[in-house]
Amino acid sequence: MSVSVRTLFFAAYRDLLGTSELDIALEGQPTVGDLVRSLRARGVPFDGLPEHPAVAVNHAYADASERLSSGDEVAFIPPVAGG
Amino acid sequence: MIRASVQTEPIRPEAVLGHVGSDEDGAALLFLGVVRNHADGRSVRGMHYDAYEAMAEAVLREIATEASERLGTDHVSVVHRTGDLDVGEVSVAVAVSSPHRAEAYEASRYVIEEIKKRLPVWKREHYAEGDDAWVEGTVPPGTGGAPGRSTGGRDDEPVTATRGGRP
Repeated sequence: MSVSVRTLFFAAYRDLLGTSELDIALEGQPTVGDLVRSLRARGVPFDGLPEHPAVAVNHAYADASERLSSGDEVAFIPPVAGG
Repeated sequence: MIRASVQTEPIRPEAVLGHVGSDEDGAALLFLGVVRNHADGRSVRGMHYDAYEAMAEAVLREIATEASERLGTDHVSVVHRTGDLDVGEVSVAVAVSSPHRAEAYEASRYVIEEIKKRLPVWKREHYAEGDDAWVEGTVPPGTGGAPGRSTGGRDDEPVTATRGGRP
Protein backbone atom coordinates (compact mmCIF):
# COMPACT_ATOMS: atom_id res chain seq x y z
CA MET A 1 0.00 0.00 0.00
CA SER A 2 1.53 3.31 -1.00
CA VAL A 3 0.43 6.91 -1.02
CA SER A 4 1.24 9.13 -4.00
CA VAL A 5 1.38 12.89 -3.49
CA ARG A 6 2.30 15.83 -5.67
CA THR A 7 4.93 18.04 -4.02
CA LEU A 8 5.47 21.68 -4.99
CA PHE A 9 8.52 23.84 -4.32
CA PHE A 10 8.60 27.62 -4.41
CA ALA A 11 11.13 30.43 -4.49
CA ALA A 12 14.36 29.48 -2.68
CA TYR A 13 13.33 25.82 -2.39
CA ARG A 14 12.67 25.64 -6.12
CA ASP A 15 16.10 27.17 -6.76
CA LEU A 16 17.71 24.69 -4.36
CA LEU A 17 16.16 21.61 -5.99
CA GLY A 18 16.12 22.88 -9.56
CA THR A 19 12.50 21.81 -9.88
CA SER A 20 9.08 23.15 -8.92
CA GLU A 21 7.22 19.85 -8.76
CA LEU A 22 7.79 16.19 -7.95
CA ASP A 23 5.48 13.18 -7.65
CA ILE A 24 6.41 11.13 -4.60
CA ALA A 25 5.21 7.70 -3.47
CA LEU A 26 5.48 6.74 0.19
CA GLU A 27 4.77 3.41 1.90
CA GLY A 28 2.27 2.89 4.73
CA GLN A 29 0.29 5.78 6.22
CA PRO A 30 2.75 8.63 5.87
CA THR A 31 2.58 12.01 7.58
CA VAL A 32 3.93 15.36 6.42
CA GLY A 33 6.94 14.72 8.68
CA ASP A 34 7.56 11.36 6.98
CA LEU A 35 7.52 13.04 3.58
CA VAL A 36 10.03 15.66 4.72
CA ARG A 37 12.35 13.01 6.19
CA SER A 38 12.09 10.89 3.07
CA LEU A 39 12.97 13.82 0.83
CA ARG A 40 15.88 14.97 2.97
CA ALA A 41 17.22 11.40 3.02
CA ARG A 42 17.75 11.62 -0.74
CA GLY A 43 20.87 13.64 0.00
CA VAL A 44 22.16 16.58 -2.02
CA PRO A 45 20.41 18.86 -2.80
CA PHE A 46 17.31 17.66 -0.87
CA ASP A 47 19.16 17.71 2.45
CA GLY A 48 19.31 21.49 2.02
CA LEU A 49 15.61 21.65 2.90
CA PRO A 50 15.02 22.56 6.56
CA GLU A 51 14.23 19.74 8.98
CA HIS A 52 10.93 21.43 9.83
CA PRO A 53 9.81 23.44 6.82
CA ALA A 54 6.43 25.14 6.61
CA VAL A 55 4.19 22.86 4.53
CA ALA A 56 0.72 23.30 3.11
CA VAL A 57 -1.49 20.33 2.26
CA ASN A 58 -4.19 21.08 -0.30
CA HIS A 59 -3.70 24.85 0.16
CA ALA A 60 -3.85 24.91 3.98
CA TYR A 61 -0.89 25.09 6.34
CA ALA A 62 -0.34 21.71 7.95
CA ASP A 63 1.41 20.29 10.98
CA ALA A 64 4.15 17.67 10.61
CA SER A 65 1.79 15.10 12.13
CA GLU A 66 -0.89 15.50 9.43
CA ARG A 67 -1.56 12.28 7.53
CA LEU A 68 -1.26 12.30 3.76
CA SER A 69 -3.63 10.72 1.27
CA SER A 70 -3.09 9.84 -2.35
CA GLY A 71 -3.65 12.82 -4.60
CA ASP A 72 -2.75 15.40 -1.95
CA GLU A 73 -0.92 18.52 -3.10
CA VAL A 74 1.89 19.17 -0.65
CA ALA A 75 3.64 22.52 -0.98
CA PHE A 76 6.94 23.36 0.68
CA ILE A 77 6.63 27.00 1.72
CA PRO A 78 9.87 28.94 2.23
CA PRO A 79 9.68 31.82 4.73
CA VAL A 80 7.12 34.19 3.21
CA ALA A 81 7.80 37.78 2.15
CA GLY A 82 4.63 39.31 0.79
CA GLY A 83 3.59 42.92 1.01
CA MET B 1 -18.23 43.09 0.77
CA ILE B 2 -14.99 41.18 1.27
CA ARG B 3 -12.75 41.18 -1.79
CA ALA B 4 -9.37 39.49 -2.06
CA SER B 5 -7.34 38.84 -5.17
CA VAL B 6 -3.85 38.10 -6.43
CA GLN B 7 -3.10 39.48 -9.87
CA THR B 8 -0.29 40.09 -12.36
CA GLU B 9 -1.95 43.23 -13.77
CA PRO B 10 -1.03 46.59 -12.23
CA ILE B 11 -3.10 47.51 -9.18
CA ARG B 12 -5.45 50.48 -9.56
CA PRO B 13 -5.67 51.94 -6.04
CA GLU B 14 -8.77 54.00 -6.75
CA ALA B 15 -10.58 50.85 -7.86
CA VAL B 16 -9.64 49.03 -4.66
CA LEU B 17 -10.77 51.99 -2.57
CA GLY B 18 -13.98 52.06 -4.59
CA HIS B 19 -14.85 48.59 -3.29
CA VAL B 20 -15.35 49.86 0.26
CA GLY B 21 -17.43 52.59 1.83
CA SER B 22 -21.12 53.03 2.54
CA ASP B 23 -23.46 55.67 3.86
CA GLU B 24 -22.86 54.28 7.35
CA ASP B 25 -19.09 54.67 7.14
CA GLY B 26 -17.35 57.85 8.27
CA ALA B 27 -13.86 56.51 7.63
CA ALA B 28 -12.32 55.01 4.50
CA LEU B 29 -8.66 54.06 4.51
CA LEU B 30 -6.32 52.94 1.73
CA PHE B 31 -2.91 51.42 2.41
CA LEU B 32 -0.45 50.93 -0.46
CA GLY B 33 2.71 48.85 -0.35
CA VAL B 34 5.13 50.32 -2.90
CA VAL B 35 8.43 49.05 -4.32
CA ARG B 36 11.19 51.31 -2.97
CA ASN B 37 14.58 52.02 -4.47
CA HIS B 38 16.75 50.84 -1.60
CA ALA B 39 17.22 47.92 0.81
CA ASP B 40 19.85 47.71 3.51
CA GLY B 41 22.04 50.32 1.88
CA ARG B 42 21.80 48.83 -1.60
CA SER B 43 20.13 50.43 -4.59
CA VAL B 44 17.12 48.47 -5.83
CA ARG B 45 15.81 48.83 -9.37
CA GLY B 46 12.85 46.48 -9.13
CA MET B 47 11.22 43.51 -7.48
CA HIS B 48 9.92 40.17 -8.66
CA TYR B 49 6.93 38.75 -6.74
CA ASP B 50 6.22 35.04 -6.85
CA ALA B 51 3.09 33.46 -5.33
CA TYR B 52 1.62 30.04 -4.68
CA GLU B 53 -1.38 31.30 -6.54
CA ALA B 54 -3.75 28.43 -5.82
CA MET B 55 -3.33 29.07 -2.09
CA ALA B 56 -2.54 32.78 -1.87
CA GLU B 57 -5.97 34.04 -2.84
CA ALA B 58 -7.62 31.79 -0.23
CA VAL B 59 -5.24 32.99 2.49
CA LEU B 60 -5.78 36.61 1.46
CA ARG B 61 -9.53 36.13 1.70
CA GLU B 62 -9.15 34.49 5.11
CA ILE B 63 -7.09 37.46 6.34
CA ALA B 64 -9.60 39.96 4.98
CA THR B 65 -12.45 38.07 6.65
CA GLU B 66 -10.65 38.09 9.99
CA ALA B 67 -10.08 41.83 9.63
CA SER B 68 -13.74 42.43 8.89
CA GLU B 69 -14.67 40.54 12.04
CA ARG B 70 -12.40 42.87 14.00
CA LEU B 71 -13.81 45.85 12.15
CA GLY B 72 -17.39 44.85 12.79
CA THR B 73 -18.31 45.53 9.15
CA ASP B 74 -17.58 43.69 5.94
CA HIS B 75 -15.94 46.47 3.95
CA VAL B 76 -12.48 45.11 3.26
CA SER B 77 -10.78 44.88 -0.14
CA VAL B 78 -7.23 43.66 -0.66
CA VAL B 79 -5.19 43.02 -3.81
CA HIS B 80 -1.65 41.62 -4.05
CA ARG B 81 0.41 41.88 -7.19
CA THR B 82 2.76 39.27 -8.67
CA GLY B 83 5.37 39.39 -11.42
CA ASP B 84 8.00 42.03 -12.17
CA LEU B 85 7.48 45.46 -10.60
CA ASP B 86 9.49 48.65 -11.05
CA VAL B 87 10.36 51.07 -8.28
CA GLY B 88 7.23 53.06 -7.40
CA GLU B 89 4.77 50.38 -8.46
CA VAL B 90 2.13 49.22 -6.00
CA SER B 91 2.67 45.64 -4.75
CA VAL B 92 -0.29 45.50 -2.37
CA ALA B 93 -3.39 47.60 -1.72
CA VAL B 94 -5.62 47.34 1.34
CA ALA B 95 -8.87 49.33 1.54
CA VAL B 96 -11.20 49.31 4.52
CA SER B 97 -14.10 51.45 5.68
CA SER B 98 -15.96 51.68 8.97
CA PRO B 99 -18.25 54.03 10.86
CA HIS B 100 -15.30 55.44 12.85
CA ARG B 101 -11.59 55.74 12.15
CA ALA B 102 -10.18 53.59 14.96
CA GLU B 103 -11.58 50.33 13.57
CA ALA B 104 -10.46 51.21 10.06
CA TYR B 105 -6.86 51.81 11.16
CA GLU B 106 -6.86 48.60 13.17
CA ALA B 107 -8.27 46.48 10.36
CA SER B 108 -5.92 47.95 7.75
CA ARG B 109 -2.91 47.29 9.97
CA TYR B 110 -4.12 43.75 10.70
CA VAL B 111 -4.37 42.88 7.01
CA ILE B 112 -0.88 44.03 6.07
CA GLU B 113 0.76 42.48 9.14
CA GLU B 114 -0.94 39.12 8.52
CA ILE B 115 0.06 39.24 4.85
CA LYS B 116 3.66 39.50 5.96
CA LYS B 117 3.28 36.59 8.37
CA ARG B 118 1.49 34.02 6.26
CA LEU B 119 0.65 34.90 2.66
CA PRO B 120 2.52 32.41 0.44
CA VAL B 121 4.30 35.09 -1.59
CA TRP B 122 8.03 35.63 -2.09
CA LYS B 123 9.97 38.53 -3.51
CA ARG B 124 13.28 38.80 -5.24
CA GLU B 125 15.11 42.12 -5.18
CA HIS B 126 16.86 43.25 -8.33
CA TYR B 127 19.80 45.47 -7.42
CA ALA B 128 21.25 48.33 -9.42
CA GLU B 129 24.52 46.38 -9.80
CA GLY B 130 22.65 43.69 -11.76
CA ASP B 131 22.49 40.90 -9.18
CA ASP B 132 19.38 39.79 -7.33
CA ALA B 133 18.35 37.85 -4.20
CA TRP B 134 15.29 36.49 -2.44
CA VAL B 135 14.22 38.77 0.38
CA GLU B 136 14.46 37.09 3.77
CA GLY B 137 11.10 35.94 4.99
CA THR B 138 9.02 34.91 7.98
CA VAL B 139 8.05 31.36 8.89
CA PRO B 140 4.23 31.23 8.89
CA PRO B 141 2.76 30.57 12.37
CA GLY B 142 1.32 27.15 13.09
CA THR B 143 3.61 25.36 10.67
CA GLY B 144 6.65 23.17 11.18
CA GLY B 145 8.91 26.04 12.15
CA ALA B 146 8.61 28.29 15.18
CA PRO B 147 5.76 30.81 14.85
CA GLY B 148 6.45 34.09 13.18
CA ARG B 149 10.19 33.57 13.27
CA SER B 150 12.42 35.57 11.00
CA THR B 151 14.96 33.39 9.28
CA GLY B 152 17.68 35.89 8.51
CA GLY B 153 21.14 34.57 9.27
CA ARG B 154 20.09 31.27 10.81
CA ASP B 155 22.31 28.25 10.31
CA ASP B 156 19.49 25.75 9.94
CA GLU B 157 17.73 27.56 7.10
CA PRO B 158 20.46 27.05 4.52
CA VAL B 159 18.52 28.07 1.46
CA THR B 160 16.99 31.27 2.79
CA ALA B 161 18.41 34.46 1.43
CA THR B 162 19.98 36.18 4.41
CA ARG B 163 20.79 39.75 5.10
CA GLY B 164 20.35 42.12 7.97
CA GLY B 165 17.19 44.12 8.56
CA ARG B 166 13.60 43.59 7.58
CA PRO B 167 11.54 45.06 4.76
